Amino acid sequence: MAPTRKAISARGLGRRFKDGWALRDFDLEVEPGTVHGLLGPNGAGKSTAVRVLTTLLRHHEGTAEVAGYDVAAQGSEVRYRIGLVGQNAAVDEILSGRQNLRLFGRLYHLGGRVAARRADELLERFGLSDSGDRPVGTYSGGMRRRLDLAAGMILSPPVMFLDEPTVGLDPRGREEVWSAVRDLVEDGTTVLLTTQYLEEADRLARTISVIDTGRVIAQGSPTELKTRIGGDRIDVVLTDGTALERAAALVAEATGHPVDVDLEGRRLSAEVDDRVAALTRSVRVLDEEAVGVADVLLRRPTLDEVFLQLTESGEHSPNTTTEVAR
Amino acid sequence: MSVTETRPTTTEAPLPGRPRGLASRARWAVADGWAVAGRDLTHWMRQPWEIGFGLLFPVLMVLMFVYLLGGSMSVPDGGDYTEYLMPGMFAMAMVFGLGETVTAVTTDAARGVTDRFRSLPMASSAVVVGRCLADMLRSTLALSVLVGFGMLVGWRWHGTFTEALAGFGLLLLLRFALVWIGVYVGLLARGQGAISVIQTLEFPIGFLSNAFVATATMPLWLGTIADWNPMSSTVTAVRGLFGNPVAVGDTWITQNAPLMAVVWPLLLVAVFAPLCVHKYRDLSG
Repeated sequence: MAPTRKAISARGLGRRFKDGWALRDFDLEVEPGTVHGLLGPNGAGKSTAVRVLTTLLRHHEGTAEVAGYDVAAQGSEVRYRIGLVGQNAAVDEILSGRQNLRLFGRLYHLGGRVAARRADELLERFGLSDSGDRPVGTYSGGMRRRLDLAAGMILSPPVMFLDEPTVGLDPRGREEVWSAVRDLVEDGTTVLLTTQYLEEADRLARTISVIDTGRVIAQGSPTELKTRIGGDRIDVVLTDGTALERAAALVAEATGHPVDVDLEGRRLSAEVDDRVAALTRSVRVLDEEAVGVADVLLRRPTLDEVFLQLTESGEHSPNTTTEVAR
Repeated sequence: MSVTETRPTTTEAPLPGRPRGLASRARWAVADGWAVAGRDLTHWMRQPWEIGFGLLFPVLMVLMFVYLLGGSMSVPDGGDYTEYLMPGMFAMAMVFGLGETVTAVTTDAARGVTDRFRSLPMASSAVVVGRCLADMLRSTLALSVLVGFGMLVGWRWHGTFTEALAGFGLLLLLRFALVWIGVYVGLLARGQGAISVIQTLEFPIGFLSNAFVATATMPLWLGTIADWNPMSSTVTAVRGLFGNPVAVGDTWITQNAPLMAVVWPLLLVAVFAPLCVHKYRDLSG
């Protein structure tokens, strides 16, 4: 009956700190039941955006609604409908996992008995039953992050915010968190995921916003973003590293685009406009000049390349690149 | 297929209670504050040595002042130094609580526990109220231990039971004011640095008062500062209530110590509580 609402919707959001705007003209729309990735370097404004959307921080400009409620005027309603996981929200290290979940359950106004039952359910679901009575300080990184997720899931909120949920985790811990996120989405939860890891966004998110210096600089599905930013690319791997420079010049001429040189991998990479024709030209000219080619590959750009290109493009201040480096 | 509004969920999540109306809201606020304070009680049980050290430290100071320095200390109007000292030590124990408050607030803010609480739909007062409850409990415990120890080394109260209760009430009122200062400082300055600064400052604050020696023995300007230290008003008033040696001059501030022992803490709360609330609503990460 009712028109389908956005799970998260922000228009012209701005937040100022002493040293300037951390977030400015920030727009975001997330469809219910999807994962949206908020991608950007350190200090880009990802955390500020999450803090505003989760009612932890007031904004100075614009409006934002989460689960249909205004974050500024109806903060309490919003807090009943969100879960927050990640660097901004932690659990108590001295309490056990079970004690943490019971405490948060009580603060969600579940009442002691229901909170205790819910704690047991969640420990079971996240594979923490056996360690439920140990102090959280003794947990591994992956276990702790799963407990974080469990704490955010006490009410099974329709919207979950995961703020860099895999920072500092080993590959196994990361895989555990990713699989938990997929389970959430299967249950119909909307997830806003902030990350610096492109792989993470690529694997989990249906739509992505790339954010830099407090603004969204690109938005779309991972595929759309890869398409929008330049076309396909050609990779050439040489047999002999000493020929790299000469080969780079040849490939640049054949493709008409600047060439990225990867010294260690003896790899040249360049954008191509006319796909196979450019590939053929490159291979032929390399062959004519007797440059040994080990491998040639025509491919879509990776999200890494998209990201670097977006955050380094000319419309931003020269500072941007140094921020990326930080 | 049309998009429907209901989403299938495989986990049946419990329904939260919702405060409706003012009375219900107030009840939740108390319950939430108590739940947050309960976390501190669990900490104490899991790490009893932490609170144990906090209780032991004032006891060590009493030993030091009574036996090590007490021999050369004299009370201006005569009277027993231990009797004179103990009310000062009680107030000192309250001041030591300031560092405990700052430590707790700073640690929770730095670790993200505060933000977790703030992202929950609990009463917005609960974190601060919980902190306040836990700190007051801890200081009450510290005070009880110190009173017991004081009696062991010869301190007594000579007034009525009601007067004694009023004395303890004034000490806890001072602690209550320090909770709000501690919360504000803890929210304002992040990191270990703030904790060290406060813990170092406790000593000059405590010593620049009439807790250990009469202000009349100090140079006039220093004595005046010490007299206007809110802690001094509490100590003088409490000495009076316990019937211990008071030994004060006849300036306005010392003559009106019982009044100021109430006014100072209330003034501090009136200044720092709104600052805490304002700061708490808008914490940057």
